[in-house]
This record gives sequence, C-alpha cells and structure tokens, in this order.
Amino acid sequence: MNYKSLSARPTSNHATLVVGGLTLVGLGVLLVLGLVVSPPDTVQGETVRLIYVHPASATMAYVGFGLCALGSLAYLWPRTRSLRWDRFAGASAEVGVAFCVTTIVSGSIWGRYSWGVWWTWDARLTLTALLLAVFLGYLALRRTGGDPVGRAKRCAVAALCCFLVVPVDHEATNWWVTLHQKDTLFRIGKSPLIHGWQLTTMLLSFAVFGLLFTWMLLHRLGIEALEDRIEEEGYVWAVAERRAEGVAQAPATGPGRPLPGPGLAGGPAAPTMRSAIPPGEGR
Amino acid sequence: MFDEVTAVMRSAWYWTCLSGYRCHVAMDPVIRLRSAVALAGRFPVLAGVDLDVWPSEIVLLQGANGAGKTSILRACAGLLRVAAGEAVVLGVDLTADPRPVRRRVGLLGHASALYDDLSVADNLTFAVRAAGGDRRRVAPALERLGLLGRLPSTPLAALSAGQRRRVALAVLVARDPELWLLDEPHAGLDAEHRDLMDALVLDATARGRTVVLASHERHRAHAIAGRIVEVAGGVAVAPAGPIGGVGPGRGASPIPAVEAGRVA
Amino acid sequence: MWRDAVLVAGKDLRVELRSRVTTNQVAPYALIVLLLFGFAFDQDPYILTHAAPGLFWVAVLLCALLAIQRSFGLEAADGARDGLRMSGLDAAGIFLGKALAVAAQLAVLEAVLAGGIVVLFGARLGHPLLLGATCVLATVGLAAAGTVYGVMAAGLRVRETLLPLLLLPVVAPVLLGATQAWLAAVGLSSGGGWRWLTLLAAFAAIYVALGVLGFGTLLEEA
Repeated sequence: MNYKSLSARPTSNHATLVVGGLTLVGLGVLLVLGLVVSPPDTVQGETVRLIYVHPASATMAYVGFGLCALGSLAYLWPRTRSLRWDRFAGASAEVGVAFCVTTIVSGSIWGRYSWGVWWTWDARLTLTALLLAVFLGYLALRRTGGDPVGRAKRCAVAALCCFLVVPVDHEATNWWVTLHQKDTLFRIGKSPLIHGWQLTTMLLSFAVFGLLFTWMLLHRLGIEALEDRIEEEGYVWAVAERRAEGVAQAPATGPGRPLPGPGLAGGPAAPTMRSAIPPGEGR
Repeated sequence: MFDEVTAVMRSAWYWTCLSGYRCHVAMDPVIRLRSAVALAGRFPVLAGVDLDVWPSEIVLLQGANGAGKTSILRACAGLLRVAAGEAVVLGVDLTADPRPVRRRVGLLGHASALYDDLSVADNLTFAVRAAGGDRRRVAPALERLGLLGRLPSTPLAALSAGQRRRVALAVLVARDPELWLLDEPHAGLDAEHRDLMDALVLDATARGRTVVLASHERHRAHAIAGRIVEVAGGVAVAPAGPIGGVGPGRGASPIPAVEAGRVA
Repeated sequence: MWRDAVLVAGKDLRVELRSRVTTNQVAPYALIVLLLFGFAFDQDPYILTHAAPGLFWVAVLLCALLAIQRSFGLEAADGARDGLRMSGLDAAGIFLGKALAVAAQLAVLEAVLAGGIVVLFGARLGHPLLLGATCVLATVGLAAAGTVYGVMAAGLRVRETLLPLLLLPVVAPVLLGATQAWLAAVGLSSGGGWRWLTLLAAFAAIYVALGVLGFGTLLEEA
C-alpha cells in the first residue's frame, strides 16, 4: 500500500489552496474593516462588531444543516446512491455544527452585553439550540461504526428526520414566543442602523464565512475520502489474511492453493478493485 | 411400418427433450455461491466462497471455530449481506435484495429468535403466523418435538437450553421452509432428541427440502450428510464428501471486486 | 400491512401482559418522577399547579424512553430481530405494530400520571375534549418518533445512551405543543389550544410517514 502518496498535506489540492488563500485574505480584510474602519454603534457601542461574526456564522450553520439534508436525500435516492453523498452529508453536518456553536457562543456574548442575559427564550435562539442538539445526536450516530453501508442508510434517514422537524420546530417556537412574550426583542435583521462601512463589512463577512465554510468542507471531505481509501486498500489485505487463516488451521485438508502473497496489495498483481474513490477525487 | 418407426423415433425424441428439460429443472442449484464475500464491519468473514447445493441434498459444512460456517448459513438465509461475488438462493439473487428469500428459508441458529416472556405455544404461534403460516400447524409441530403436557404453556425463560432448542426446531418444523439451514443442530440436545433431529432432517429431504448444516459432531453429522464441504479461512476448500462438489479445489478464486463503496 | 401490524402489536402487548414491565416498573417510576418534581419545587402549590402540564409531559417523555428501550430490548434478546427479519413481515407493518404497542402502554402511563398530578400537584384537567385530543396526538407522535429512533439505535452497542440523545431533542416540539395545549385547556394560557393541536398532528403525521417509509431500511441496517 502506497502510503507515501497519502502523506504530506493529504487533503490539499489546488481548489483548497485557492479557497484557503482567499479565506485568509478575506479574514484579514474583515478584521481591519470590522475592528478599525467601521464605526461603533451609537446605542450598542463596541459590541455591535459582533454583527460581523454572528449572522454570517448562523447562516453558514443553516447552510451546513441544509446541505446535510440534501446529501442524505441524494444518498437515499436510488439513482444517486453513492457513499460520496453520505460523506458529503456527514462533512457538512460537522462543519454546520461548528458554525452553530460559534453562533450560539457569539450570540450569547452579544446578548449578555445588549440584553443583560446570556440566554433568552427567543424563538430563533430556541430553534438554533434545538438544531444543535439534534445534529449533535446525528454526529453521535455517525460515530457508531459498523457496516459503512448500514451506517450511511441509518444516518441518512436520521438526517431527514432531523431536518423535517425544522419547520415544525420553527412554527412551535414562533407561536410559543408570540403567546408568551409581550415585548419584541431586538432582532439583528431588523436593525435600522446598517449602512455605509457597517453594511459593507457585514456583506463581506458573509462572503468570508462562506469561503471558510467551503474550505473546511473540502478538507473534511478529503479526510473522509482518504479514510475510505485506506479501508478500500485494506480490503485486499483483509481478504488475503482471512484466507491465510484457513491454510494455517487446516493444511491437511486443502490442496495447495496459490495464496495471494504479501506483494499482492498495491502491487501490479493486485486483483481488480473498482475503487470507490478514484485518485484525485479525494475532495 | 415406416410410420411406426417414425412414431417410435418421435416419441423417443420427445422423451429425450422432456427428460432433458426435467433434468435442467432439477439441476438448478438451491444455493449457488461464486466468490461470495461478506463483511462484518470491515472484516471479510467470507473471503470468496464457492458453493453449490442441489435440491434434496444434505450438505455438511465442517471446519474450525471462526472458519466461516455460520456466516455461510447466515448469508444463505439473507441475513448477512453478500458484498461481492454471486449469491443465488432458491432463484433469488441475494446481492440485489435478499428479503424475498427469507420467508422460504429456515435458519436454526445459535440464538433461538424467541421471546423469553411468551409461552412456548405463544412463541410458536407468533413465529408461524409472522411467516404467513396457518396456526393449525403449531399443534402437530409441538407434538413432533415432544413439547407436551405443561410445556406449551410454560414461559420460554423457564426452559432448559435443550428445551429451547426444541422449541426453535418446532418453529422450523411448523414453517417447513424449502431450505433448512442448521447451525450446530445437535448442540444441547439429549441422545433421544438428537435421533429425532436426524429423523427430521431425513424426513425433510424426503419431502424435497434441502438441508445445509454446520456441525462439530462428526460421527452424527457424517451419518446423515450426503456431502461434506470443508470451510476454512472464510472460503470453502476441498470437498471431501462422497459426491464431490463444485468447489474451489481449483485453487483460490480471485478476490472479487467489491461494488463501489461497499467497503468504503 | 395491517395484518402484520396487528400481529406484532399483539405480540408486544402479550409480552407486556406476561412480564408486566410497564405496569410494575415504569408506572411506579413515573410516580417517583412526580414526587421528585414535588421535592424540587419545594411544596410551592402555585408553581406546581401552574407547571403541572409541563411536568406531566416531561414525565411522559422519560417514561416513553423506557418504554421504547424495552420494546427494542425485547427484539435484541436472543436474536429475536433476526427472527423478525426472517419471518418476512412487512416492515411498515412491524413499525405500525411496535408503535401501536408503545402507544397503548403510553396511554396507560398517561392515565397514571394524570391521576398523579391531580392528586399530588392539585392540577386541574380542564376542557376534556381538548385534553383528550392533545393526549391522543402527542402519544401517536411520541410512539412513532420513538419507534423510528428506537430501531435506529437498536442494533448498536451504545443504544442505551444514544437513544435519549437522539430522541429527546427531536420530540421537543411535542413537549412544547402538548404543554401549551393543556395550559390552554385549563385557561392558564391565553392562546387557542386548538392551534397547538395542528402542530402535534403535523409532528405525528411526519413521523408516521417516515416510519412507514423508512423502517425497512433501518431494520435491515441497524
């Protein structure tokens, strides 16, 4: 097995380098714009700068969960059934969870300074927290191991279950709040104070977070593809090893069978394997 | 005179065709495995099995612990997915969808697949009705296995290991599937019921059923088996039986390709 | 499908009748949970009476977890799941049967718990029609979602710990909807209780549909 080809920045390729570079530059610009150029808010002061992190991060979390559901749907659809979609769903859920945590943490800090509390039972907050819990469960389910095909199907159904409940959750939390809460809270999207540098910076934050999301997703997919490739190449070894067990145990009964030798895997004499991940597709 | 000759010839010709046809039907194997690979997680429990089993045969799978006997039986029952190679059981392609074969196959495994809290009769009734059978088949099966008196109403949890085994066997008798897969059928049974076990197997083949069994009890199993297949290292090796089977005496088959993504 | 469902539900309920796990273990557990709520809220009758519907549904959720664990524990023992697969029963039928059996047990538990909160917390039951409809829809939703996630976790070694993590966040809307509907039924909430029923109905419909369609896949792969 040629591990050398797998070593050294194994999930990098031109696409990730370009996206990664753009992300880095974008983050630099965003830092300068967000911390220096854009003015502090008259009402909220310096904490308004969280607006360059929080909404973009929340959007990316929702995008991640949405892509996870799409990937799962594509996996379950017989015509497009491929473990690639399963990997795509898993990777997007993972990145989505990362952004979801960022969203909740940044939102909580913001809430502490603008509302005076770390948490409030706002519809959007509740929905986001529920989504995080649901997708943490999904990730836990993904880590249970076992037969990859079985795991993929199980997880795909789970992801769809999770996602189909999003509208129900959304309605529920909305009604709940409207029934209980008399005063409407400050909503980011409805803030009238966005213009000029603030607007520019905020739009940039969406673009940069989008790039960051893409970069993380590409690397995560690359890692999963590599893991699968190790398994795939390990399969030939495993079969040879399994057959060798029989020869070691019952040498008297079997005729001399030409056993696959140790040079089998990775060598030119390797049996034909339709690889699940053709080289170069590991992204 | 000429007419008579042609008539005889024609009937002979018909007969040949007909017997050829019947032969062809009879020669469809019940089980046909070619380079069958099955994975448990990522471990190939079956590493390319070649096996043919013909109608009304009794085939004994023999081999050390962990050789793959149980896996072959479970694969044939449609419970263990065949990830690569060919696997056709009772005309059902297991690599496509194994579900249609299950109702036509009976598996007597290490686990009895029964419910501890239900009584013997309730267990049997549920198993038979779940498989689409008639509940009237329950009573004769109980009788055949000697599960009489207080036993039918006893909860399964109160039975001994051998008695549980007999209940599982009763399910098989009541369902009477086309293919019987028996994993260590003699384990835990007393001498009387081992004889009964053998009688049931011979009965079944007499009715046209096919039996594959895995056993370590050589003397007993050899007495009823028509053919012996040695299993080792997840492949079937050297058939040593009197009939001589299609087997990998021809050397290890190439490791079959696993459908894209199966192992991934 | 329905014949298979009745067969499986009958089997599960017969097992329950013989083993009496729900009546002898889960129901007392439910009452203990209520007592613990009482301790936690320090005998304050106002809080207990007002929180009673919410506490009731939290207790129902905890009991539902146990009932579902039990329902799939049955199939995990002694290769019974293989037996179920070998029988060739319709997967949708198995799903409906198991969900029906869980729902029947939940209904009994809800009756016990309702008695408990009336006696212990002095809760009022309110509008019987609204309350009945809430219980029916919430029970169907819980049983369906629980059965879907129960079979998902059933084949795994970590099922006892994984099931609550998977199930509880997902059934949060049931808790919310059923609690609000009940609050409306006793007049503690200003809104229309019937509105929450549509939410419960939507949840139940989604999970019954998912179970009927996806249970086969899950049973095969778990």
